[in-house]
Amino acid sequence: MNVKIIKRKDIPKHKEVIIRIMAVLLSIVFAGVILLAFGLNPLKIFGAIIDGSAGSEIRIKQTVLRAVPLLITSLGIIVAFKMKFWNIGAEGQITMGALGATWVALNLPEGLPAPFMLGSMMLGGFICGAIWAFIPAIFKAKMGTNETIFTLMMNYIAIKFVTYLQYGPWRDPGAQGFPKIAKFTENAILPSVLGVNIGWIIALICVAIIYVFMTRTKKGYEIAVVGESVQTARYAGINISRVIVIAMLISGGLCGIVGFIQASAIEKTLIAGIAGGYGFTAIITAWLSRLNAITCLFVCIAFAMLIQGGSYIQVSLGVSSAISGLVQGVILFFVLGSEFFLQYRLEFPKKPVKEVA
Amino acid sequence: MEIFLAACVVAGVPLLLATVGELITEKSGCLNLGLEGMMLMGAVMGFTTAYATSNPGAALASAALAGAAGALIYAILTVSLRANQIVAGLALTIFGTGFTKFVGQPYLGMAVPSDVTAVFAKTSIPILSEIPFLGSIFFKQDIFVYISYLICIIAAIYMYKTRPGINLKAVGENTAAADASGINVNLYKYVHILIGGALCGLGGAYLSLVRIPLWQEDVVNGRGWIAVALVIFVAWNPIKAFFGAILFGGLSILGMKLQVMGVSFSQYLFDMIPYVATILIVIVSTHKKNIESQPPGNLSVNYFREER
Repeated sequence: MNVKIIKRKDIPKHKEVIIRIMAVLLSIVFAGVILLAFGLNPLKIFGAIIDGSAGSEIRIKQTVLRAVPLLITSLGIIVAFKMKFWNIGAEGQITMGALGATWVALNLPEGLPAPFMLGSMMLGGFICGAIWAFIPAIFKAKMGTNETIFTLMMNYIAIKFVTYLQYGPWRDPGAQGFPKIAKFTENAILPSVLGVNIGWIIALICVAIIYVFMTRTKKGYEIAVVGESVQTARYAGINISRVIVIAMLISGGLCGIVGFIQASAIEKTLIAGIAGGYGFTAIITAWLSRLNAITCLFVCIAFAMLIQGGSYIQVSLGVSSAISGLVQGVILFFVLGSEFFLQYRLEFPKKPVKEVA
Repeated sequence: MEIFLAACVVAGVPLLLATVGELITEKSGCLNLGLEGMMLMGAVMGFTTAYATSNPGAALASAALAGAAGALIYAILTVSLRANQIVAGLALTIFGTGFTKFVGQPYLGMAVPSDVTAVFAKTSIPILSEIPFLGSIFFKQDIFVYISYLICIIAAIYMYKTRPGINLKAVGENTAAADASGINVNLYKYVHILIGGALCGLGGAYLSLVRIPLWQEDVVNGRGWIAVALVIFVAWNPIKAFFGAILFGGLSILGMKLQVMGVSFSQYLFDMIPYVATILIVIVSTHKKNIESQPPGNLSVNYFREER
């Protein structure tokens, strides 16, 4: 059989949506097959994931707590990926952001009013995350250094550095010998609105800002042009180095804010594992949302459900929470594969009709 | 000194296997960033198979198959479905990490069975191990190390001295020209992506079976990414990869070594050395301008015959 691959000129919107939904459905079916292969009942697992992430008010709050860091990190990655700058250093940028926020929290006078304290911490987080992204960005801009490996290595360096602080200079003498950094005072902890820390409001504001920035401003447009074609950008007189650096300062800064939220509201101190893998999951969510900030909001909620549901089944069914990681990978595979069918269609040559005697 | 250098070789072997695997893959024009994922899959499947069967041969085969299976996903996505190579590689790493945690969880902290560790114990090669200095560095190792020497040599002969090896180079340099000259481009890509994945799987298995005899989730710990950088550093040359891998193996154990020698400095700062060194390599490699050290011409460019 000879299958022809033909490039589509244009694809109707509804067909595109159908193909994407099919991809996600197929990936869930496929993930189910993997679960079956390990002797688990996929319907029970998927049911428990939904129940564990949306089944009660407390569980929904837990899901929101996971959606916030994922969403803001994804927004940061969107800005970088739009430029085809493969920033996979979000994990390190979150860690350094947390470090910056923690430094502020531990060094400003204790009696400071909370809004001032939290504002300074957020700024500290943004700056440190941005610096961590600036280093690979400036090398990329000036020398064309490969940013994929550079940003990734920066993750390990950030995490080792925080471990060093935790065991060394920042170790809290009051922690009974445990290698811990001191807990924050009350004024350095984010307050709650509707039972969840106000990180969710920060996240929604970030969605609006990044959406407007990417679609309605000149800088956002320049980022997209550099991503489409460096040649075109140069021809249009865009200062490419400048665009790369600015985009990465925003990208790393957003990740730094995540570090601030996680340190302030969740851990209430700095730990080496503060980024908790959000930097990598956010790569998936950013790509699945087609680098669109509004779509990203919904994708991140779905993925937060998956993560929260994953840790719920660990407790309730004794099944490894790593399932959610597995399912995430499978979804990404299928969606990546489905993009082929958005650009091409297959044509099967008609079989010759058999003559009936 | 010799003991330290011998330890560098041991630390370098997983890097060597992964680097050679990735450079073969890249020679076909495919940049697979899923090394970390494939090494993890090899590590966990190698370990669980060893645990279940106590058979080292089966463990190695299973590790290589697991790596190749990961690579197959990547190949289908990028070669047949023309997905973005970088994102597909990242997806493979994410999937591999989840897969490894999931499969490996019941085995956390468990040890490799003694039948298997016995096979991978140090065995000197007669005559060769008598060579002064070099003998005790390279030829008083375990059988897995010798296998990786062989793989490295075979890869070099294959790439430079055989017809398929030359064809492979053509595919990576100029896919359209290779296609026009009658080479089955997609077949070449598939085969070499799979070989690369199998070698990464073996590299991961060395970590889980020999290097770190108790199962832990983060066995690979960024080595896959270091190997990606090493490929650039060694300029896609398997012989240079041998020395590059040992150098980096050495850097990764330098911190421990210095501590033993009584240099008082935080262990966690020393742990940064291989990662900092990798960044330095990437920066320096961007500056190399001679033709030998350039990446394959069509690296990370998907090939569509219809769109020439």
